[in-house]
Amino acid sequence: MIVIGELINGMYKDVGKAIANKETDVIQHLAADQVKAGANALDVNTGPYSKNPKDDMRWLVESIQAVTDVSLALDSTSAAVIEEALKIVKRKPIINSTNADEAKMDSIFGLAKRYNAQVIGLAMDKSGVPNNRGKRLELGAAIVAKAIDFGINAEDVFLDPIVLPVNVAQAQGLEVLESIRQFRQLSDPAPNTTIGLSNVSQGTKLRSLVNRTFLTMAIASGLTSAILDPLDKELMDAMITAQLILNKQIYCDSFLDAYRKR
Amino acid sequence: MPIELVREKYSDAINTVEIGRPGSRTVKVGGEMTMPFLFEEGQVPNPPVVALEILDCEPTDWPENLKSPFGQSLKDPVTWAKKCVAEFGAEILCVRLASGHPDYGRRPAEAIIPKVMAILKETGVPLVIVGCGDDETDNDLLPKVSQALKGENCLLGIATQRNYKTLAVTALADGHSIIAESPIDINIAKQVNILISDMRFDPRRIVMHPTTTSLGYGMEYVYSIMERARLAAFIGDKMLAMPFILFVGGEVWKTKEARESGEAQGVNWELATAVSMVQAGADMIVMRHPAAARSAMAYIDMIMKKGAEK
Repeated sequence: MIVIGELINGMYKDVGKAIANKETDVIQHLAADQVKAGANALDVNTGPYSKNPKDDMRWLVESIQAVTDVSLALDSTSAAVIEEALKIVKRKPIINSTNADEAKMDSIFGLAKRYNAQVIGLAMDKSGVPNNRGKRLELGAAIVAKAIDFGINAEDVFLDPIVLPVNVAQAQGLEVLESIRQFRQLSDPAPNTTIGLSNVSQGTKLRSLVNRTFLTMAIASGLTSAILDPLDKELMDAMITAQLILNKQIYCDSFLDAYRKR
Repeated sequence: MPIELVREKYSDAINTVEIGRPGSRTVKVGGEMTMPFLFEEGQVPNPPVVALEILDCEPTDWPENLKSPFGQSLKDPVTWAKKCVAEFGAEILCVRLASGHPDYGRRPAEAIIPKVMAILKETGVPLVIVGCGDDETDNDLLPKVSQALKGENCLLGIATQRNYKTLAVTALADGHSIIAESPIDINIAKQVNILISDMRFDPRRIVMHPTTTSLGYGMEYVYSIMERARLAAFIGDKMLAMPFILFVGGEVWKTKEARESGEAQGVNWELATAVSMVQAGADMIVMRHPAAARSAMAYIDMIMKKGAEK
């Protein structure tokens, strides 16, 4: 499982404030803490209130890279902001994200090819988020096909079926899980899959429980990556245990400790 | 139509453990990046090593067909050790401190240490030192021997899930590597490695003993454990990425097939077990009969030469 830490996002109040005031230590602590807790990559998002997202993105990437060398998931709806970061990243990055619209895919996969990046592909298009697995699969297939047209390997694409809050769209949980399973059949080697996990618990009272339950179900469906809060220890423990049960690591009494020593 | 063979490429290697005082004769074990001898899939930088096993006292329960090649040298461990190196080509020796055992005379550490030091001095080869097998005795004896050998970078054993702390602390203090044993159980193998590394002992200085069994006595189970551990290690499980040591001689020469059917069958029994364990992924095999050891060394040489041609 590739864990993408979600916490460096200007949408969160403290992070938004840190970006506005250029508080490097706040961002660096958040980066280091997430990596220590098991993040393999860090999402970087300037947030909706950034006045100058290109500058803010550059500053965030530089600040984070000063304390850790994990890869970064460059999270923006603007290709120009993403490109600003692509110029300075030290490790193969992940572009977060494209959807299945032709123009958007051309722009994002063009960048990915030029800068040797991986791409998160959202199974949605102009008409919004699909409400069934069939449409998700169709959009996922279009994204993988486009990536291959650009000479990008299927494994460098992370298909995201779009998780919706359980209290808003309860019927979508199973559709998302089945989509993950089907995405993995799209090509050989298979594309990677990812989800924005925390969305599933948006607005619920027991967020951590909902998150970790959904994550374990998604892992059993073939999920290979997730954008999540790695500081939620029970969530990380559940993730490790799910992989243990799927025989992805060899059991020993200290299996949580063993996974973290990897 | 030509058939294209499927080849695996792994991301991670087995740790390399070097035994012996730096700057003098040393032996490296491990480091491979592939299942045994699949030279086209990955590197095998260090050939498996054959260590000859000696006791620190005259063996009283060895059969005649095992004792005969050593002759009178068995009466003195230093002479015995020199013979193993000079005549039988051993590049590394395993010294079992049998004389400390309650059943073997319970010789005190003060009497054992000079023998060990003389073996080291007279042979100049790296040493594997294993206790007598009685936990209480070993927890007293091994720290003393370890301290006397400080800086010699030996391989000390044997740590188990039940008894590892004393040995880990002492090996850490004196700069030795350690043998971690588990009872043909991959889960316990991994657990012992974690327990030892939790003592701040560098996991890259652990050599695993998955338990040895002889031909005819469940060798296949050991093979399957080793195979599973390797496959996990090659894809990143650092707590199983240790080289393997197998005590082939000690196991084989307990069996009636080896002891009671003349020298040739005993030698062949030991050789067959040794070769099987090498093919299972053993990085070091500890053997007893010099003829069996010599044939095992020749076998390893032959395979490594074929690998070098590829």
